[in-house]
Amino acid sequence: MDRIPILKLGDALLVTIQVDMHDRLATALEEDLTNRIVKHKAHGVLIDISALEIVDSFIGRMLDNIAAVSRVLDADTVVVGMRPAVAITLVELGLSLAGVRTALNVERGMELIRLRHGAAERDVDVDNAS
Amino acid sequence: MSTTPPDTLPIRTSDDVVFVRQQVRLRAVQAGLGLVDQTKIVTAASELARNTLDYGGGGTVTLSSIDDNGRRGVRLVFEDQGPGIPDIPLALQDGYTTGNGLGLGLSGAKRLSNEFRIESALGGGTRVMIARWK
Amino acid sequence: MPRSTLAVLAQLLADQEASIVKEWLETLSTGGQLQSGRIREPELRTQCTSFLQGLRTALAQDSNDTAAPAFAPVKQLLADISKSRAIQGFSPTETAMFVFSLKQPLVNAINRSELFAANSLAGVVWQVTLLLDTLGLYTMDEYQKSREQVIIRQQREISELSTPVVKLWDGVLALPLIGTLDSERTQVVMENLLQSIVEQGAEIAIIDITGVPTVDTLTAQHLLKTVAAARLMGADCIVSGIRPQIAQTMVHLGLELNVVSKATLADAFAVALKRLNRTVVSLKTDPRQQA
Ligand SMILES: Nc1ncnc2c1ncn2[C@@H]1O[C@H](COP(=O)(O)OP(=O)(O)OP(=O)(O)O)[C@@H](O)[C@H]1O
Ligand SMILES: [Mg+2]
Repeated sequence: MDRIPILKLGDALLVTIQVDMHDRLATALEEDLTNRIVKHKAHGVLIDISALEIVDSFIGRMLDNIAAVSRVLDADTVVVGMRPAVAITLVELGLSLAGVRTALNVERGMELIRLRHGAAERDVDVDNAS
Repeated sequence: MSTTPPDTLPIRTSDDVVFVRQQVRLRAVQAGLGLVDQTKIVTAASELARNTLDYGGGGTVTLSSIDDNGRRGVRLVFEDQGPGIPDIPLALQDGYTTGNGLGLGLSGAKRLSNEFRIESALGGGTRVMIARWK
Repeated sequence: MPRSTLAVLAQLLADQEASIVKEWLETLSTGGQLQSGRIREPELRTQCTSFLQGLRTALAQDSNDTAAPAFAPVKQLLADISKSRAIQGFSPTETAMFVFSLKQPLVNAINRSELFAANSLAGVVWQVTLLLDTLGLYTMDEYQKSREQVIIRQQREISELSTPVVKLWDGVLALPLIGTLDSERTQVVMENLLQSIVEQGAEIAIIDITGVPTVDTLTAQHLLKTVAAARLMGADCIVSGIRPQIAQTMVHLGLELNVVSKATLADAFAVALKRLNRTVVSLKTDPRQQA
């Protein structure tokens, strides 16, 4: 079964969603992310959705879930790169994604996470197995 | 101008939902809908297809391209033979869900469409029609 | 069989065309039609001559009913003239005067000519007056119509022109809105702004509504949705220049802006700079800058 790859980026994790999500993929991603946050003591999760042409309530719920779990594990979730048409549609759908932070792109998302967790907490993590 | 004839697609699996989205997108592009309108109808379709799958026990969607005196658009009819919806106004309220959803699918699909009609009978299945015009 | 009054009038117009046009042009230029260079004498002369010839053709068909097909070409000519007058900036009165000022030269010509019996003169003059009045009013109507078209076109152009997204600073965009916001226009504006946010990587967008006289419920909702959509994309909006009346309307409608708002565009810009960790300093107070 295919899974969505999770990359380590400093003390954050980066997920780039490029495929049309279906249930199993979403569930697998939630699981994988939870494990990896713990394993890497990650302070942030960046979810890049710039490739997504739509976000429906199913994906919205997945993003909310990921954010909720991350928060419990002391990591921030930042959704980056949402397209204008997707954003307009999501607002009309009634989804506010109140629990997640947003950024224009991965760089800005990283800045947000660094700002939150400050340089003091930066640990040199040499674990690069993934 | 030629319009693609109506198409009826099955909704039995999560992959079918993905395929429905792609087909709706094609129709929307053909009808000349702008990017935002395309996104709206595809998103609405995604919501309704998932409801058909999750609550209706699977069913079908019929896609048609409409051309009403030059006014073009896309019409979608979702049908299932599932348990039906006992209280339609309640199901249409934001946040109402009997599953573990956000309860935004039905109400959201209505907001994202120019036309919305729902018929459901307890034990007699559910039929939802939406249309989006250029 | 005696020729009808109308046919005789047509004859008169043919015979005296040159003198009528000359007198008519004089009246028109005394009335100020040639002033300010909006129209030149040769063009005006052509219009006069064409109109007289059209009128003659219609009368020769023994008709004084302006709704009859005989008058269609004259009316077409008048419609064209009205349209160009509207575009050239003539007032409705000035435009109608084109036709009305033909009365005097025409009546003079009738008096001069020997085609009419003395006791029929009053009747002929009356007929001519009625005819020219009808055509003059027709001119006004046509003027009004093209004026409306001009206005509609201008409104469309203005609404397109008046929604530019401007870059104030690296990462700061402003959308100065001017004029009435209907929901269709708001939608276009909203999409433009969001698109610019992506293209320019702008984190902050200032929506300035100083130039917006009123806001209805639907528009206010569109505005709020824009702000919400921008947030989903990772950008913040600041709304500036909300007029007191609009603020009141919004509160009445229960639409208190759930967003950051500032009194003026300048205030909003200051907030934006602060968020970007920038500040504006005076060159004089900063010694390093003096050289
Ligand atoms: N085809 C259907 N057959 C039976 N019941 C349905 C059907 N579609 C919707 N419903 C009922 O209406 C409720 C509301 O549907 P809606 O799509 O708004 O929310 P949801 O599917 O529960 O959550 P979300 O779509 O936000 O993930 C559902 O929980 C379900 O009880
Ligand atoms: Mg649903």
